[in-house]
Amino acid sequence: MSTMGTKTPAQPAATELAASPPKAPDKRRALRLPQQTLARNLLLAAIFGVILYLLSESFSSFNNLRLATIAYYFTALAGLTVLTGLNGQISLGHGALMAVGAYATAILVGRTGLPLGAALVAATAITAVVGIAVGAAASRLRGPYLAGATLAFAIGLPGLADKYPSAFGGENGLSVNPPTPPASLGLDFPLERWEAWIACLCALIVFVILANLLRSRVGRAFRAVRDDEVAAQLAGLNVARIQVLAFVVSAACAGLGGGALVVVTQLAAPGAFDLSLSLALLTGIVLGGLGSLGGALWGALALVYLPQWSDDIAHSLSLSNNVQSNLPLALYGIVLIVVIVAAPRGIQGALHGLTRITRTRLRNNPATPNEEGA
Amino acid sequence: MMKTRSRAVAGVAGCLVAAALVASGCGSSGSSSNAPGVTKTSVLIGSHQPLTGPAAPGYSEIAPAAKAFFQYLNAQGGVNGRKINLIYKDDGYNPTKTVTVVKQLVLQNKVFAIWGGLGTPTHTKVVGFLNSSRVPDLFVSSGCPCWDNGSKQPYTFGWQPNYTIEGKILGQYIKQNFAGKKVGVFYQDDDFGQGGLAGLKQQLGSQIVSAQPYQPTVTNVAPQITAIQKSGAQVLVDFTIPAFTALERLTSFKLGYKPQLVVSNVGIDPTTVGGLLKAFSKGKANTALIEGAITDAYLPSPTDTSNGWIQLFKKIHDKYDAKAPFDGNVEYGMASAYTFAQALKNAGKSLTRQDLVDAVEKGGFTGPGLVPFRYSKTEHGGFGGGAIAQIKNGQIVVTGKPLVTDPGTGPITPSTMKPANPGDNGIVKP
Repeated sequence: MSTMGTKTPAQPAATELAASPPKAPDKRRALRLPQQTLARNLLLAAIFGVILYLLSESFSSFNNLRLATIAYYFTALAGLTVLTGLNGQISLGHGALMAVGAYATAILVGRTGLPLGAALVAATAITAVVGIAVGAAASRLRGPYLAGATLAFAIGLPGLADKYPSAFGGENGLSVNPPTPPASLGLDFPLERWEAWIACLCALIVFVILANLLRSRVGRAFRAVRDDEVAAQLAGLNVARIQVLAFVVSAACAGLGGGALVVVTQLAAPGAFDLSLSLALLTGIVLGGLGSLGGALWGALALVYLPQWSDDIAHSLSLSNNVQSNLPLALYGIVLIVVIVAAPRGIQGALHGLTRITRTRLRNNPATPNEEGA
Repeated sequence: MMKTRSRAVAGVAGCLVAAALVASGCGSSGSSSNAPGVTKTSVLIGSHQPLTGPAAPGYSEIAPAAKAFFQYLNAQGGVNGRKINLIYKDDGYNPTKTVTVVKQLVLQNKVFAIWGGLGTPTHTKVVGFLNSSRVPDLFVSSGCPCWDNGSKQPYTFGWQPNYTIEGKILGQYIKQNFAGKKVGVFYQDDDFGQGGLAGLKQQLGSQIVSAQPYQPTVTNVAPQITAIQKSGAQVLVDFTIPAFTALERLTSFKLGYKPQLVVSNVGIDPTTVGGLLKAFSKGKANTALIEGAITDAYLPSPTDTSNGWIQLFKKIHDKYDAKAPFDGNVEYGMASAYTFAQALKNAGKSLTRQDLVDAVEKGGFTGPGLVPFRYSKTEHGGFGGGAIAQIKNGQIVVTGKPLVTDPGTGPITPSTMKPANPGDNGIVKP
């Protein structure tokens, strides 16, 4: 997990960089994570897992539903941010890739009766295969042409559902039964909490895999291709293959995100995967901070909360329906402009900036106690 | 190394912020009664409506009209001392959004019941959730036969005649008045259109020479209309939402296809279809294109000013909902809201969700309807029939006698119900 903006492999004083929020020096030592990549990421995932578990236990049904929504958005956004932020390929078609995962899950669970876990794995694999095809085309395209091609994909693919209504249920979509929580959890275990667990598990798996991948050879190759294709080629990297690989990884994440969406909404219908979803995903990673998994989390939060806030604003101002229904889009636009102007590296980038400032202050005045705020 | 660590902790911080945000969202509860959404002085109900999207023209007037009716009722003291508060959310006729907004209404807004959730493709996606959460799901604004399943969906009730019943009544009329003529059907490709087609087939059998489905997001209907025209159909039956009635009319006009038109009740409100024809053709077309169309009605025509119900609804409309045109959609919203108020009254003062469901199953409702309701422990259907009507001078005119039947293969018989007057039940003081 590196950010696009921090081109700082040569930055000195490595040991002194603490975190936001800053801790007292002793505590900081205690917080030190293992040096080994896999162990560190697994430990982090375990910490996140415990936090998410505690959250879901204390949440009402509605908040668990929100948590699940954030988790499946994160799953898709993490993949997209790797593609765009770390490999430099833009995709306006990730909504359609989510649709592939969603329909695959709905068909496998609803028609063939596959267990949910197996269906999600299969849906991820199927979307990855679709990703190979799209990625192969994408690796030949650059800039606006790539954006255009993926845009066409986003608009065209959901139309297949209308074209073949007997296979995909048309506009009506495919419904699946809600996942049944295992009996061992108790008979009155809330369905929404179970859905949140499934979606969060997907998100954590994607987190571990991507966090590892990005610190591996492959991740470095992704960045090398992003920074300078010619230089990467001279260094012996197969640029096209790496670009396809990045697309496949990203597509697989989108597919899993789509599958998790079906778990949460029990429905795969074209209305869920229109162009605005693809645009929202792109907005999400830019808002959150391109190229970092933390940014993907911020993006997922924004995608869940921005529409809600715009809804609340519209209601409290009692605007007309025409204004109300367009307000979320306008708000996206405004927030995007504000973030790009105020924090070009997204929320995650801005946080880093803040951390650096506080750290400098703290170093100048180490006695100042600092409360942890969340 | 250091970069990762700082980022990791920032991530944890992010999670905590997320938690705080999520937690802050779970605001108000504060009802004193046992049932969610009910207090001594109020009851909160919710609905999902197509305020935008392909079904918005016309149908977006329904919920504001119902709200206006409840406001009128509340000004008179409400029902059993409780004021009825309706919140309706836009789902854009998009099933995925329906799932989101209904879960929000039930889990976040904690509504007591859902009233009049609109649409077949939309509402079918939340019936399972509402029934497993034991939320009364009253008077779905759709005639899908699928609501009528008291044993599997004890909390869901339809209101308008189910589409198979409509199909049967329209089919019988065609059989009697256009004997031997070829019939084409243009229908929405979901339980709405398929339900209507089933009723038509029961009556007309091989008289139907072509049945063409459409998807509500694909606005080019020329392929379907061309196919129907080529089949030589002299009678065309539309099981369509208003926007697609208008699209069919304009396409047929362009193709020079002039069959006898028959349209399901939900797709023919003249104000709505006329407005759409005008909008789609940039002012060149109007209700002349639906003149003479045959349909069925289960409520009095909104232009029948001699009817006491229409007078009452018009009065409420002028006071609380004057921005909307007074048409069939407004009448629909108020009539459905009236039935809801009646159910709420019969459910009694100490209100629970089960009480409301029991009250509907007990039935005995009256109102502006031309035919009786089909409510019992096993029947959750709604109006049991309708009367043949026709578009004359751009208005719906009821021309036939009220007929009743069942969604199965039962016979179609004349209705024996005596029409009620407003004020009969003491729900409203007209």
